[in-house]
Amino acid sequence: MFGRQRLVVVPTKIAQVGGLVRMLQTIRKFVIDNYLFGEEGTLSDEDSFMETGIIDSTGILELVRFLESTYSITVTDEELIPDNLDSVSKIASYILMKQSASPQTAQAHSFRSSGDTRP
Amino acid sequence: MCGIAGSLQIDDGPVDRERLRQMIGAIRYRGPDDTGIYCQGPVGLAHARLSIIDLAGGHQPMSIAQDALVITFNGEIFNYIELRNELIAKGHRFISSSDTEVLLRLYQEEGERCVERLNGQWAFAIWDAPRQRLFLSRDRFGVRPLYYTRLDGEFLFASEIKALLTCLQVPCEIDLMGLDQLFTFWATIPPRTVFRGINQLPPGCSMVVQDDRITITPYWTLDLTGQTEHGGVTDSQLAEELFELLEDATRIRLRADVPVGAYLSGGIDSTVVAALARKSAGDRIKTFSVTFESSDIDESRFQHEASAFLGTSHASIRCRHEDIVGVFSDVIWHTEQPILRTAPAPLYLLSRLAHDSGFKVVLTGEGADELFGGYDIFKETKIRQFWGRRPASRWRPLLLKRLYPYLPNIQRQSLDYLKHFFHVTPQALSGPFFSHLPRWELTAKTKQFFSVSTQAELAEADAVSSLLRDLPSSYATWSLFAKAEFLESRYLLPGYILSSQGDRVAMAHAVEGRYPFLDHRVATFAARLPASLKMKVLDQKYLLKQAVKGLIPEAIRTRAKQPYRAPDGISFFGGHDEFVGDLLSSQRIKQDGVFDPRATDALVQKFRSGRETSVKDNMALTGILSTTVLLDRFMHGRNALSGPASRERHTPY
Repeated sequence: MFGRQRLVVVPTKIAQVGGLVRMLQTIRKFVIDNYLFGEEGTLSDEDSFMETGIIDSTGILELVRFLESTYSITVTDEELIPDNLDSVSKIASYILMKQSASPQTAQAHSFRSSGDTRP
Repeated sequence: MCGIAGSLQIDDGPVDRERLRQMIGAIRYRGPDDTGIYCQGPVGLAHARLSIIDLAGGHQPMSIAQDALVITFNGEIFNYIELRNELIAKGHRFISSSDTEVLLRLYQEEGERCVERLNGQWAFAIWDAPRQRLFLSRDRFGVRPLYYTRLDGEFLFASEIKALLTCLQVPCEIDLMGLDQLFTFWATIPPRTVFRGINQLPPGCSMVVQDDRITITPYWTLDLTGQTEHGGVTDSQLAEELFELLEDATRIRLRADVPVGAYLSGGIDSTVVAALARKSAGDRIKTFSVTFESSDIDESRFQHEASAFLGTSHASIRCRHEDIVGVFSDVIWHTEQPILRTAPAPLYLLSRLAHDSGFKVVLTGEGADELFGGYDIFKETKIRQFWGRRPASRWRPLLLKRLYPYLPNIQRQSLDYLKHFFHVTPQALSGPFFSHLPRWELTAKTKQFFSVSTQAELAEADAVSSLLRDLPSSYATWSLFAKAEFLESRYLLPGYILSSQGDRVAMAHAVEGRYPFLDHRVATFAARLPASLKMKVLDQKYLLKQAVKGLIPEAIRTRAKQPYRAPDGISFFGGHDEFVGDLLSSQRIKQDGVFDPRATDALVQKFRSGRETSVKDNMALTGILSTTVLLDRFMHGRNALSGPASRERHTPY
């Protein structure tokens, strides 16, 4: 399950790094525009949305709709968990995982997953 | 129903009659039938009358005993006939048939404790000349409003804040602590208001002003200490007792010398009240409803079913998005506080319909949800408590999803999210505000739109902790269910439901609301019921539903609770953008200084783009809009305060 894994992304080409950076920027911009209303503050890519209170109980579906429309993925109910969606970097990892699992939507970039790296 | 105002010169100077005229003039719409002013020595009382009982003889201010006691009174004493007979038996002689005189003579007979004998809804002031003291009181649940302020050497009171603001010495500034409370609870906590230096008398309290002292004394509170199983009494006996109480509470609320109508929402409570009124008063009862374009919030099918079943003459008004925009500014003029939902606007339109139909009095079902376990928050509390006892359970949280079938965000969320947002931990269970913390936390997130300076000023503010000082001494021993009931009844009911959705939008069109469920005999009965009879497992208002079998249509008696909702943020966009464009322009937001212009603009853009918006976004938008209207019409437009409510203002909408 995606929720039980932490993805380590190892870019192999400069272009791939550029793609990841763009993805992080896009997600970040969405979070800043929609939840922080332009007040970027000290938001880091690792900050937990739940712990910092960035996303409230009524805001999750906005995020899902954004991810589905922007990255052509389908977020299943089982995947709607903090492990996948609770920070900018977790979202990026989740999208990459989804894209690599779905050949139609996967990018040409090849990223390698290390599997479950939790202690 | 009426408007009252008054002044007491603490420094013994003469009272200013012209000032009283201005004060009462500002709220003349509450009582367009008659006005009266009494000035004598240090005291001045003013009254704007909506004639309902004793049309010819009820002029106010009213005095007895050669002006020894003088009263200005807003409200109704529903048991005035019984009290009158009692007083006559004791030797009192009456010169009118009004409830006002009964109240005055009861005070003469029993003094300040007379309020404990009253069954009604009131805000009044009695000048007790022999004792040189002003006695003021407000009803148990805060149906009728009463505000006051102190100036150097003078005490002022009135039914509405705008009357006090006609005195230029009274400051007209936003109270940020009040705003902080409102953006947490949807209401301020009495005595605070959103106007600096202007207080409200808490519900269930009386006040004495004498010399330079103000003394506030509670005379009633909703005491839920006695919630126990009723040994030896069956559910059906209790249901019968409840029915009789409601029947009598409705019967005495039909006492009026003018026609009485009833609101029908399509839910159980208003249908019960309309049915009991119909039973008692026959076919002279007319019913009124508001309908919506959107099928997910419109209840017209049930409203028609109720009115057909009861055989009432029925009228309804459709509330469209543009109607909400059209009346929004006037609604805030009347609520005198920001609102986080647009729900008062349709009720403003509904009272206009009742008024235009020739009705001055309407019965409604308010109070049933608070007292008989009707709100979803009680169910939510029960489910969270159940889950909290075994936080690892994977199926217990599924009950939350069943509770909110109309909230897609809840439906799709995983256990981890639900656990986080609904505070399901053993520690949370023992907190004093377990039931309401998720709601308050969500609402408080709207404060992210406060400007840097507002946030700095509120750095030490802690709205939730400040409630701790206001709780009854036995509160800690109550069940979580009882605590939730108390928090709803004590704060949201008077501060929002009976105010912004109640008195203020009804009185805007000189319509008086009457609430049989808030009869204190009904409330006391409900307070002693065990929670299991209010909500049997997860069946809301269980005993009430048992009590009204056969009285109302089965489809309504057994239907799932549908919260009253109105279209929020969406109302202000899609063709009606000028209202928001003007009010929430960066320039204006910056100038007012309360909210952050950049964040506000981003919020507006989010709505304007048609992107998905959350409950919090909608509360924030409505809250910022209403605060800005408040600033505009009260602070910036102060010169217009002395006149009647009008659409005249700086910015034409």
